[in-house]
Amino acid sequence: MATSPKLDAKIPDGPLESKWTKYRSTVPLVNPANKRNIEVIIIGTGLAGASAASTLAELGYKVKAFCFQDSARRAHSIAAQGGINAAKNYQNDGDSVYRLFYDTIKGGDYRAREANVYRLAEVSGNIIDQCVAAGVPFAREYGGLLSNRSFGGTQVQRTFYAAGQTGQQLLLGAYSGLQRQVGAGTVEMYTRHEMLDIVMIDDKCRGIIARNLVTGELERHFGHAVLLCTGGYGNVFYLSTNAMGSNVTAAWKAHRKGAFFGNPCFTQIHPTCIPVSGDHQSKLTLMSESLRNDGRIWVPKKQNDNRPADQIPEDERDYYLERRYPAFGNLVPRDIASRAAKERCDAGYGVGTSKMAVYLDYYAAYERYGKGEVNKRGIHNASHDQILELGKAVVKEKYGNLFDMYKQITGEDPYVVPMRIYPAVHYTMGGLWVDYNLMTTVPGLYALGEANFSDHGANRLGASALMQGLADGYFVIPYTIGAYLANEIRTKAISTDHPAFVQAEKEVKDRITKLLTIKGTKSPEAYHKELGKIMWDKCGMARNEQGLKEAIQEIRALKKEFWSNVKVMGDADEFNPELDKANRVADFIELGELMCLDALDRNESCGGHFREEYQTEEGEAKRDDEGYMYVSAWEYQGESAWELHREELNYENIKIAQRSYK
Amino acid sequence: MEGNMNLTLQVWRQKNSRTEGRMESYKLSGISEDMSFLEMFDVLNEQLIVEGKEPVAFDHDCREGICGACSMYINGRPHGPLQGVTTCQLHMRSFKDGDTIVVEPWRAQAFPVIKDLVTDRGSFDRIISAGGFISVNTGNAQDANSIPVPKENADASFMAAACIGCGACVAACKNASAMLFTSAKISQLALLPQGQAESAARAKKMIAQMDEEGFGACTNTGACAAECPKGISMENIARMNREYFAAEMGTKE
Repeated sequence: MATSPKLDAKIPDGPLESKWTKYRSTVPLVNPANKRNIEVIIIGTGLAGASAASTLAELGYKVKAFCFQDSARRAHSIAAQGGINAAKNYQNDGDSVYRLFYDTIKGGDYRAREANVYRLAEVSGNIIDQCVAAGVPFAREYGGLLSNRSFGGTQVQRTFYAAGQTGQQLLLGAYSGLQRQVGAGTVEMYTRHEMLDIVMIDDKCRGIIARNLVTGELERHFGHAVLLCTGGYGNVFYLSTNAMGSNVTAAWKAHRKGAFFGNPCFTQIHPTCIPVSGDHQSKLTLMSESLRNDGRIWVPKKQNDNRPADQIPEDERDYYLERRYPAFGNLVPRDIASRAAKERCDAGYGVGTSKMAVYLDYYAAYERYGKGEVNKRGIHNASHDQILELGKAVVKEKYGNLFDMYKQITGEDPYVVPMRIYPAVHYTMGGLWVDYNLMTTVPGLYALGEANFSDHGANRLGASALMQGLADGYFVIPYTIGAYLANEIRTKAISTDHPAFVQAEKEVKDRITKLLTIKGTKSPEAYHKELGKIMWDKCGMARNEQGLKEAIQEIRALKKEFWSNVKVMGDADEFNPELDKANRVADFIELGELMCLDALDRNESCGGHFREEYQTEEGEAKRDDEGYMYVSAWEYQGESAWELHREELNYENIKIAQRSYK
Repeated sequence: MEGNMNLTLQVWRQKNSRTEGRMESYKLSGISEDMSFLEMFDVLNEQLIVEGKEPVAFDHDCREGICGACSMYINGRPHGPLQGVTTCQLHMRSFKDGDTIVVEPWRAQAFPVIKDLVTDRGSFDRIISAGGFISVNTGNAQDANSIPVPKENADASFMAAACIGCGACVAACKNASAMLFTSAKISQLALLPQGQAESAARAKKMIAQMDEEGFGACTNTGACAAECPKGISMENIARMNREYFAAEMGTKE
């Protein structure tokens, strides 16, 4: 298989270890006087967007940043709990750039690009330095130095964290950097604005059409380059751990205008979420993966066992991850832990009223930490209860906010009964296809962070999303954007009266008018729920050919119904969340079809993509490196029509192996 | 229908910032105690859409208590009756069958209503822009472990940094003061060695911006800390005042 001529990844020559250093030193520069005349539009203010906006503004570019939320600080990066990886080797446990690179490629089931991942590992240390300098209060040891913990899929302690609120602290750090530039007048901030199309002039992306969500007004904005930092599309499943507003719209508009979509079917199902409690459910809540460090996952050995957890004796419990994967135990990567939970529940061993849950038990951790405390304090003849109490106090300090959240949502006290968890949609490895410079197949249009496909292959390791978002924004794009902008210094700002802007705005306006005039009978929310059910049942944790083919037909029918029967309340010229939702759901429906198409093309199981036809006798994912060691990049060719382009993946520095955590 | 709670809701409806608002009453039935407060509002909105009425606009996003978007003033308290949670984390098991629940937007001059329960909290962003940062450009940083921070200070800084910027403190305050919000950011940075270089300017600028936005003064009532979903302590206000006085006196400490 050869790479499609339409896909030039622009990976620099030379040995892996020196690619980035050399490239960084030779990429064209834009001189400070010219930077002042170059305008960059950034959509989204999460870790990738906020860090890119502040950094590009510091360099002297004129930046406009947009977010649909009421403040840049509310982007969904804020909700990341567990931590951020970096190859600092502060714990002296054998970590290195190469190991982080290796773990990420292996964790991604050999479907990520070597050069990008190595660069990510290389800059990981700089991110921690930058965040600490900006005042991010990471967890520290008594000596005042930074603390680390371990995370799924790795055997070293390289994860930096701030209790269970790491994403919040990192985002607030990036946000304060962004607001500093807003205050300095170098970034113009547009909150409550949603990008509804990109504007193409002479085959280059030259701006956007955005809707002011307060007034409903459509606005035209010119930019020499546009950066999409718009996050993932997990909400295509309706229920996910994503925020309610997280959407694919900006990326999808770009896709329809020529940006190829990479690996759309690669979805991460996170193993430790609070189970669904009923049809009213609007979102799922994640319990940080860090809980697997100390918690043990189990189900009863007997099917349909209705006894409460504390009445099931130790020898009647099946610690199935420890049984199946002794080397990694409860710390296997997310895809494996999720599938193992589904397997047990489908086989009739699930717990709770829905039977679609497994236990995450902290009892052993209470005992272990309690004994440690007893020793530390020199308490002799401590009672078992006293040990448990001391252990619980230690756990509370480490995970208190997560335990509180669990109690709030379920009404059960996790210090008394084991938590119930079940996998849920969490992250999308797929996204817009980008080259080494993070540019999409549309010149001048970039995708950063979760919005691109580049670094996590078919499965992302825990604590790597925050790393990638900040790597792209702080340390990659500021250099790589020069490769394009150095040739744009003679391009004067283009008037937004240009016919391309007028036409793009008209298309957006027509669509809004159409949505508002259908005046059917079903709300956008109802369609979103229906789409979610199709996707979860047939393109979720496990897929098969028949189901995917059915799903495609069902989604097409749903799309037809949506466009003839959706009921959108309110008007175009006002604050109208129903209209915003309708716009987003319409794009999710189209994306859903492409995801199924992609899943159908990939006749193998890898990472987050599990095709039931392709598994080993033990039920593990069976990859097909001969046939599918490529990135799928889909080119939009009109309604329900796509052409597949393949980017071959070459592993020159890593030995491909069947992934084993046993 | 999933549950058996029947409720009466009194909700503030206001078309936009230019028109006057009013309370409207709605009946809801079949509410489950497992629903979150916002999921109960989803049910209300679906019901309104079926009836051909405009759904209630409200801010919400993450629905797990961290983004700070949700902001309902429930039965006279920001984020409702429970301590330490945001509106999205409040579950219907905190209410009982037959209850009447009154829901209003945040009320403060510096948070004008945009529509129904949605307010404009841009004033908070402007306070941060005035000085709520450390001026370190990307690439300036030294190795992260070259600046040890005593664990006690790091933990206290983290506690202050846990603020989600929801504005409950302002809504709870009879003076609509933003002292708790502003002091949390000032404290976070004042407790860290990295924040020292700019601490005097930071306190002055952020407080000046806070006043300019039209937030009220602090009279040490403490409603802000009592209602804060993230447990931000009033000690931060004391620390901010100390920072401010030191800055005004032109010396530190």
